[in-house]
Amino acid sequence: MPLIKDGKFAPDRFVFVPEGAAFPEEGGVMVTLDRFQSERDTLFAHHQPVAVRLASNENPDVLKNDLPRIACVAIEFPVFRDGRGFSWARMLRTRFGYKGEIRAVGHFLYDQLAFLVRVGFDAFDVRQDFTIEDFTRAMGEMHYVYQPSADGVRTIRELRADK
Amino acid sequence: MYRYDEFDAAMVRDRVAQFAYQVERRLKGELTEDEFKPLRLKNGLYLQLHSYMLRIAVPYGTLSARQLRKLAFIARKYDRGYGHFTTRQNLQLHWPKLVDVPEILGHLADVEMHCIQTSGNCVRNVTADQFAGAVAGELEDPRILSEIVRQWSTFHPEFNYLPRKFKIAVSGTKEDRAAVKFHDIGIEIVKNDKGETGYRVFAGGGMGRTPYVALLIGQFVAKEDILAYLEAILRVYNEYGRRDNIHKARIKILAHHLGADELRRQVEVEFAEIKKAGTLQLPAEELARIAAYFAPPAFEALSDSSPEFEAALKEKDFANWAKTNLTAHKAPGYTIATISLKNIGATPGDISSDQLDAVAQLMDDFGYDEIRVSHEQNLVLPHVRKKDLPKLFARLKELNLASANAGLITDIICCPGLDYCDLANARSIPIAQKIQERFADLERQHDLGELKIKMSGCINACGHHHAGHIGILGVDKKGVEFYQIQIGGSGAEDASVGEIMGPGFGKDEIVDAIERLVDTYVKLREGNERLLDTYRRVGMTPFKNSVYREQLHAAY
Amino acid sequence: MLTANRLRDGEVVYWRKGEWVEAYTDGEVFADPPAADAALEAAKDFVKRNIVVAPYLFDVREDGTPVKEREIIRAAGPSVRRDTGKQTHHDVSFAAPQKPKPRATGEAPDVSI
Repeated sequence: MPLIKDGKFAPDRFVFVPEGAAFPEEGGVMVTLDRFQSERDTLFAHHQPVAVRLASNENPDVLKNDLPRIACVAIEFPVFRDGRGFSWARMLRTRFGYKGEIRAVGHFLYDQLAFLVRVGFDAFDVRQDFTIEDFTRAMGEMHYVYQPSADGVRTIRELRADK
Repeated sequence: MYRYDEFDAAMVRDRVAQFAYQVERRLKGELTEDEFKPLRLKNGLYLQLHSYMLRIAVPYGTLSARQLRKLAFIARKYDRGYGHFTTRQNLQLHWPKLVDVPEILGHLADVEMHCIQTSGNCVRNVTADQFAGAVAGELEDPRILSEIVRQWSTFHPEFNYLPRKFKIAVSGTKEDRAAVKFHDIGIEIVKNDKGETGYRVFAGGGMGRTPYVALLIGQFVAKEDILAYLEAILRVYNEYGRRDNIHKARIKILAHHLGADELRRQVEVEFAEIKKAGTLQLPAEELARIAAYFAPPAFEALSDSSPEFEAALKEKDFANWAKTNLTAHKAPGYTIATISLKNIGATPGDISSDQLDAVAQLMDDFGYDEIRVSHEQNLVLPHVRKKDLPKLFARLKELNLASANAGLITDIICCPGLDYCDLANARSIPIAQKIQERFADLERQHDLGELKIKMSGCINACGHHHAGHIGILGVDKKGVEFYQIQIGGSGAEDASVGEIMGPGFGKDEIVDAIERLVDTYVKLREGNERLLDTYRRVGMTPFKNSVYREQLHAAY
Repeated sequence: MLTANRLRDGEVVYWRKGEWVEAYTDGEVFADPPAADAALEAAKDFVKRNIVVAPYLFDVREDGTPVKEREIIRAAGPSVRRDTGKQTHHDVSFAAPQKPKPRATGEAPDVSI
């Protein structure tokens, strides 16, 4: 799937390695939480950069001690209506200060992109026909924000105080 | 009332453009209906039995005359000349076309209105006491916090894809006219022992299939902490609310599953961190800035007794109306006037474009340019000079808006039901009308006193039947409309869920059943008891026996 | 019969031999379940082409009236506003209140106990 990172198409640094499959010789790997928890040491020793893919019901809290060494946390949206990922990303950024890549994978809409960016996602697995123009347009739909989020964008309250 | 600045105005305009693009993509097929549905719901657009339905937000039930005129115009031009006020203080139009909605939203934006988040799995319209800012004994105008919560929840990036809808209500007085304990979050404005004003926060109330009275979670939340506290509750809900079963997805299920103590504990973990981060702290200056919008108008220095009012009381119609439709105002010489939208035989809560325009004129002439929508589907002029009441009443009579039944048995809260709604099992409006007709005699109504009948056409309970002194639920029994009776619900500070009486009644039997119920109350009541009080004293059995008496005879 | 809502304006429509009509009485009553299913299948194309949404089948009686009250109201318009909806410009005599049928001896009365 095409990957958009930091507003541009980018190559994927990771190969998703499903349960039971062997790790590749070289290159970064992405694994499920289960696999990460059972093969953590191997991963960090031989398969960096490491990415962990969380299901929508998996609280990233369990990764907190490993975050400095995890290059990417991918958060799954099994269906676009399942909004747990928004809280997980927010938690990674503001509670744990996570600076690595947070990637949205699975089913989400163009119409959710602005919210996804606000809560801390910086990478997106997008549909084949998705363009950068689409992405830019999504980012520009709302000029202002009422409430603070992980993106640190100045809120309307702050802008009002500036005046 | 609140006035948009350039930022609020930009938000609603951006939203109009965003929705217009969504409609365009939907019509071209770039969005499937499954993808489009949550997006249109977040702009209040449902697909109902006959057509689309558009739910327009009326934040904490407050409207200006200009806004009323715009609603009249929109209903005339894009709909069929009428609208329906809901139990969440919003206005619904029953006949908009999808292709017209972006234009409708543009017209609404012109008068600082919108349909943002009036449906969908997000934080909905924040509702508050319809007497806010006018009634005596108010600790603080609940609309101040409501406006702050509105801004915080609008386009909240983290909480726009919740497990289910989320409803918040605020009350500023001991008397709860906003049914806060039946909301996902209910907030009471209170004073602590030190005399500081703050918020008591309840969570997990709700109606529907599994009604619950909310649990006390935050005994006293300081004002500066309230947004952090709400964010904490929403986060716990977003993370752990059920998503596997639509009927178990509200926070009331999570709250009662965890219990108050465990829910509070989880909330406080989140709250501690959010508070520490500091970005959601609510500074006193911001509270004061918003509060200034809700400062009361400059009331005239009037004597509390008005000779015009006293003289008019000699006239029977006016006296009857004054008895039920007026509420004491905090300022001498003023009163709060309820305009009942429950004419006998009309659709409860409906209003025509012509009436909207006429009410706008009343607001210009008597009303300080402000009107309220109550969650009981009536309108309220919050600040009327007593001396103007006779003239106001005369105008209301001309407009057929002078029903003297506020709070009486014919002041029925009623959802649109199967006449309009795709979700309904039975019609609700015609039954409500028949009940009104049965009890139309005003003397009898006064004798019965405060008697809140609330009626829903299906288990989703949009008519709040669980909170009715008498609640009526429409059900579908093998394709036939049946009606189930409950007694003993209350949406006030003494919140309680009504008790189901027993098997339902057909549409030709239900009104007689209700009358037998009411007659039983009259027989058993002591002193000044309302029906609710009598039920609470004697229980269900006497009522059940008398209501089903005829059925027992018929069956045997 | 088969019904849906038109996407653009929400109007209730009924299937009639491969197209959609607005009046209930113009709608096609299917001869048997296979015919109904075939129409429902064909309707999916109209969904794909973004013309209608949410098509579904519903039962009608021998005399052509819908079995369910919901479909009667949907075909006619709100029973409490006879001045709006399809009833203002289409024949909705099928929606006239049914006379209560005389009860056969021994049949239980119309209440639930």
